[in-house]
Amino acid sequence: MIRAWLMQHGFVFFLTLKRLIATPVTSLLSVIVMGITLSLPTGVYVLMENLSAISGQTMSSPQMSLFLKLDIEKEDIESVKQRMEEDSQILSFQFISKDAALHQLQQSNGLADISANLVRNPLPDAFIVNALENTPGNLEKLRATMQSWPEIEHVQFDSAWAERLNALLKLGRFIVLMLTTLLSVAIIAIMFNTIRLQILTKRDEIEISKLIGATDSFIRRPFLYFGTIQGLAGGATAWLIMTLAIRAMNEELGTLALLYDFDLQLQQLSPSDSISLLLFSAWLGWLGARISVASHLWQIEPR
Amino acid sequence: MINFKNVSKRYPDGYVALNNIDFTVESGEMVFLTGHSGAGKSTLLKLIAAIERPTSGTITLSGQNIAQLKLGAIPYLRRKIGFIFQDHNLLFDRSVFDNVLLPLQISNFDSKTVTGRVRAALDKVGLLKKEKAMPIALSGGERQRLCIARAVVHRPSILIADEPTGNLDIEYAQDIMSMFTSFNQVGVTVLIATHDASLLKDAEHRILSLNQGKLAV
Repeated sequence: MIRAWLMQHGFVFFLTLKRLIATPVTSLLSVIVMGITLSLPTGVYVLMENLSAISGQTMSSPQMSLFLKLDIEKEDIESVKQRMEEDSQILSFQFISKDAALHQLQQSNGLADISANLVRNPLPDAFIVNALENTPGNLEKLRATMQSWPEIEHVQFDSAWAERLNALLKLGRFIVLMLTTLLSVAIIAIMFNTIRLQILTKRDEIEISKLIGATDSFIRRPFLYFGTIQGLAGGATAWLIMTLAIRAMNEELGTLALLYDFDLQLQQLSPSDSISLLLFSAWLGWLGARISVASHLWQIEPR
Repeated sequence: MINFKNVSKRYPDGYVALNNIDFTVESGEMVFLTGHSGAGKSTLLKLIAAIERPTSGTITLSGQNIAQLKLGAIPYLRRKIGFIFQDHNLLFDRSVFDNVLLPLQISNFDSKTVTGRVRAALDKVGLLKKEKAMPIALSGGERQRLCIARAVVHRPSILIADEPTGNLDIEYAQDIMSMFTSFNQVGVTVLIATHDASLLKDAEHRILSLNQGKLAV
């Protein structure tokens, strides 16, 4: 029974492929239309992902800088370290001594001359702190706690900047969602129409099949396969467009990075994102076909 | 096997196709249904396969009430019947073989046995040599035989034929009739609608005759 069922589905699958290949230009055109349509939200999504990856450190874990008072002793530093280790709100911290900070300053472009002229090190010892929970309220509480410690001169934490970036990314994600919704509707409409035309040309076959005992699911099946396969092919096309586009952009970025002396490369879609894209596009194709079949098949009743 | 009780069919425009029909066809029987064109023969046959639904009355087929059959159950009813349609209903985009294959695909037959079954059905109607031909290349008589092959390939217990010899010359018609007789001899219940009086002359089977939607006994 299961074997017969599998055979049936295998048969329909190959029949559908045959139909797609039988009209190569039409099939290719609708796959390309779907691919381009899908590549738009995918492209914005990829840019958003990259933006949030670049700003990742600040984004996912906003850091606080603790500047110690200039006149403190080594023991004070140790006691601050101790307190930080005991604080459950602190995920990790890093000590930067005044000498290390000065050394870093001397390495920086353009500032070497200035720092060389300094008589004594004006920089304080500092800690860089990563909080456990990055909610704005929590970060503010942690900042206040550390500010109250006697060894601390100043806690610097630019929450406004992080919030701005956060809001920007949120806006970006909203745009992705909006584009995806709108273009999904477009794809469903394309598929709806494609299947409608197919049903019209297969009218005889549907009618005769019904007359000799075909169930509705038997009649629906080839159309659903058609929609799913075309959706999948559209998703694959969108993936290909994105991959090639990112590769091309990275080449351009390489030239730019060389001129400006920084390293920036766009990341490709991750494997899980790629699979999501394919599954989603296949589902869209299926859905368009399902709606079309549901709204047209009942009109074909044998008389 | 087939039982009609007080069956009437009135179309929405008020035309009464069948009026209070009562009859029974026993299992294994071969029955002719005759009458002028427009007498309601086709309508009566379509009621059996639930292609049309009666306005009133009950139709039972092996104990099952067809008049009250749910939509989802209709396909399974139709699989029990081999129906030979008046207008053939062949698919012209596929070969003779694939036309006969269709009922088996519909009822999920194992693909190992289907080829044998299709060939057996084509052999019975003498079309085995033409299995690769397209229906468009067949003569009228051959198309009729193809319809018969498609109707019997899934070995139904009931065979219904609507004017199977229409537009065929007498020799071909007798050929087709003898096929039905041979199906009947192996136990298939056969119901044939025809207006062709020459077919009925020497038939020893029961004849139901319809006149303006009424059964004349």
